[in-house]
Amino acid sequence: MPLVELDKKPAEGGDPEERRMMLHMGPSHPAMHGTIQINVELDGEVIRRADVEIGYLHRCFEKMSETVVWNNVFPYTDRLNYVSPLINNAGYAMAVEKLLGIKTTERCEWIRTMMSEVSRVTDHLTCVAASAMECGAFTVFLYLIEAREYLWETIEQLTGARLTISYCRVGGVKGDWSKDFEPGLRDAIARTREKIHLTDKLLTRNRIWVDRMETAPTDAAFCRRWGITGPWLRSSGVDYDVRKDFPYSIYDQLDFDVPVGTRGDNYDRYLVRMEEMRQSLRLIEQCLEKMPEGELNVDHEGRVMRASDMKDHGARGETEGLVMDYSVAADPTLQGTGSDVVWSVRVGDRDVTLPPKEEVYGSIEGLINHFKLVMSGHGIRPPEGEAYQAVEGANGELGFYVISKGEDKPWRVRVRPPCFPTMSALHAVVEGIMIADLVPTFGAVNMIGGELDR
Amino acid sequence: MAKTPVPPSEERLLPRVRALLGGRVLDSHCHRGDETIIVPAESIQDVMRALHDDEELDFEILMDLCGVDHMPRRPRFEVVYHLCSYRKRHRLRVKVQVDGPEPVVPTLRDLWPGADWFEREVWDMYGIRFEGHPDLRRLLMYDGFEGHPLRKDYPVTRRQPLIGPRN
Amino acid sequence: MGILDTLESQVDAVVGWGRKYSLFVYPFVTACCGMEYMAASCAHYDTDRFGAAYPRFSPRQTDLLLVVGTISHKLAPVLKRVYEQMAEPKWVIAFGVCTCTGGFYDNYATVQGIDTIIPVDVYIPGCPPRPEMVIDGIMKLQDKIQREKAGLLRRRTMSVAEIPSPDTLSTIGGLTPHGQSKR
Ligand code: SF4
Repeated sequence: MPLVELDKKPAEGGDPEERRMMLHMGPSHPAMHGTIQINVELDGEVIRRADVEIGYLHRCFEKMSETVVWNNVFPYTDRLNYVSPLINNAGYAMAVEKLLGIKTTERCEWIRTMMSEVSRVTDHLTCVAASAMECGAFTVFLYLIEAREYLWETIEQLTGARLTISYCRVGGVKGDWSKDFEPGLRDAIARTREKIHLTDKLLTRNRIWVDRMETAPTDAAFCRRWGITGPWLRSSGVDYDVRKDFPYSIYDQLDFDVPVGTRGDNYDRYLVRMEEMRQSLRLIEQCLEKMPEGELNVDHEGRVMRASDMKDHGARGETEGLVMDYSVAADPTLQGTGSDVVWSVRVGDRDVTLPPKEEVYGSIEGLINHFKLVMSGHGIRPPEGEAYQAVEGANGELGFYVISKGEDKPWRVRVRPPCFPTMSALHAVVEGIMIADLVPTFGAVNMIGGELDR
Repeated sequence: MAKTPVPPSEERLLPRVRALLGGRVLDSHCHRGDETIIVPAESIQDVMRALHDDEELDFEILMDLCGVDHMPRRPRFEVVYHLCSYRKRHRLRVKVQVDGPEPVVPTLRDLWPGADWFEREVWDMYGIRFEGHPDLRRLLMYDGFEGHPLRKDYPVTRRQPLIGPRN
Repeated sequence: MGILDTLESQVDAVVGWGRKYSLFVYPFVTACCGMEYMAASCAHYDTDRFGAAYPRFSPRQTDLLLVVGTISHKLAPVLKRVYEQMAEPKWVIAFGVCTCTGGFYDNYATVQGIDTIIPVDVYIPGCPPRPEMVIDGIMKLQDKIQREKAGLLRRRTMSVAEIPSPDTLSTIGGLTPHGQSKR
């Protein structure tokens, strides 16, 4: 709730009639996303000084990570940037894999990359939608949230959850996709494109929008000094993108462009985000086309039988010749019945990933293997050391710095939150602009409480 | 335009860094391709200025700054800086080690204003003071919160509510 | 049963009906659940269909406080103040397991359930709850409002003792959030 206090002192050297006013925006303010307070000192409508107060959503990500085993950190990473959780999942998984010195299978990398891009689109959709709504363009908000819904539905189909998905594992992902996933995703892409196009028509050449957004410019030197990355930096004319400059996973095999702005104002930030969405959709399509087949998806001489069917035959006693003639196709998706994990989306290293379910239920070794991995005090134990892995989050460089002491729990998990430096610079950006422009400027940061306060 | 990726190689920068900093590099290693140096806390400002100004290294960005508590070990605390150069496309990790009940590290706020909040956070979470920081308040926790929660000896459930029961 | 009682129950029914279909919501959105709240209140799921959940961003104009997302100890005084600013009659929905019990954030910074600070009428567990669940929760609240005694014919003031006790609060799907006896 905004509180107003009148400071009765006249501004130094100014008109004695003039009053400086302190205005506390937030933490419960519609444009402050619930978790931030900006104390501004106003001279008329112009912001003279600003102080940003954060920490209202501090949930101790880093402390909690030290209390659980390596794989159990994933649910916490979901809730760092809850608008694009898959990128956070993948970033943490890659950091731990770097520490372990393992490389995941190719199909896993492709799936991770593709889903990261889907996440990036949902993140930018939310950001553009929210800042448009805060400027009064409610229609855009409805369109874009609708588009996000299409993507979430496909995410749910693959991962089993809409938002907090915990899809990655150290050394792989939870499961492969099902048959109807690909057409669903293609359809979602087409419909999202349409909504983005509509938004483009509504906003990009809209006089009111342009006038509202041509504010708060920053230049490249400013961003460098404050450590700003991501769309905010790119809109200032620097083409730094972790995907291009420090290519990780399979980004060097994909073709995409990095949009950069020229003036570095809010309007450029909006344009950069819009273009990045189109590029991400392009990337998703490339991933769908080039997705390598996992070994268990290959037909074994056309005689494939699902593990569950095989079990049924066995139960009926029709075992004659069965094992010799048939090879079993494990159904690796969430919809699968008898089995759910295949090596094609996980590394085959038994010290790292859980064994397939048939082995767990079918053999004592598999059961013990599973047990050893989930028991506390056992499980993954990366050798003593440390690793920093950066990925391109939706807001900029998302870095995970993990330290292991050779135990089953991380000693330290540090996340470099992408919007943190931008928020720390916000007070310098908004000084001298009008109070009404604070809202779009803050919207362009795309502040996400979970990753800012952790 | 596709940039050609720089292939990761062991010890790309360390020879140059050692030549530049001389005896100020107490230790260095390259674990999993992350090049790391340890420098004395007192000289962190000079070291960073040198790394920042050097033509060849050109570390213009302070990507991250965080604290680490290695509790039983002495020195107990570490402050870890991650530097990045996006023109030269390389990274370096710089560490300082401090100890004692009131550890102190010189601030980097003059070189990179972006260090401001990072340092406030480390002060909040670990109680490491940054000498020369003009405004070293708590960042994430509130006034009246006692202790520094990310220290290993702070119990994870010791609550200090402003209102409501302590449960 | 006196004539007054009969009349009162009729009036209660009418008032309850009026109140339950004109809920104005104050979304106290802090965290991940807010994303699901956005999805639930937008065109796809559209909680507005139930005459409920049109967001107003001033606590003085609202009847329903929807607490969406983790509440930290730093934010707790703010939440309490928002609640106190709302005019009677008012209801509270705890949206997401963080607000019900603290969820899996059992640590120094997180409030272990907002019912330690303010009274709660309906708990919607889930991390985050699906929009269908949210709609179900709102409908549960509407049922509850319908059954409430408006007491317009007899002057009465709400005392602290009348704040509904946790055992009478409805929960979804028979789930009882634990840790209720904290008030
Ligand atoms: S209940 Fe889950 S989704 Fe909701 S705020 Fe808490 S952690 Fe986030």
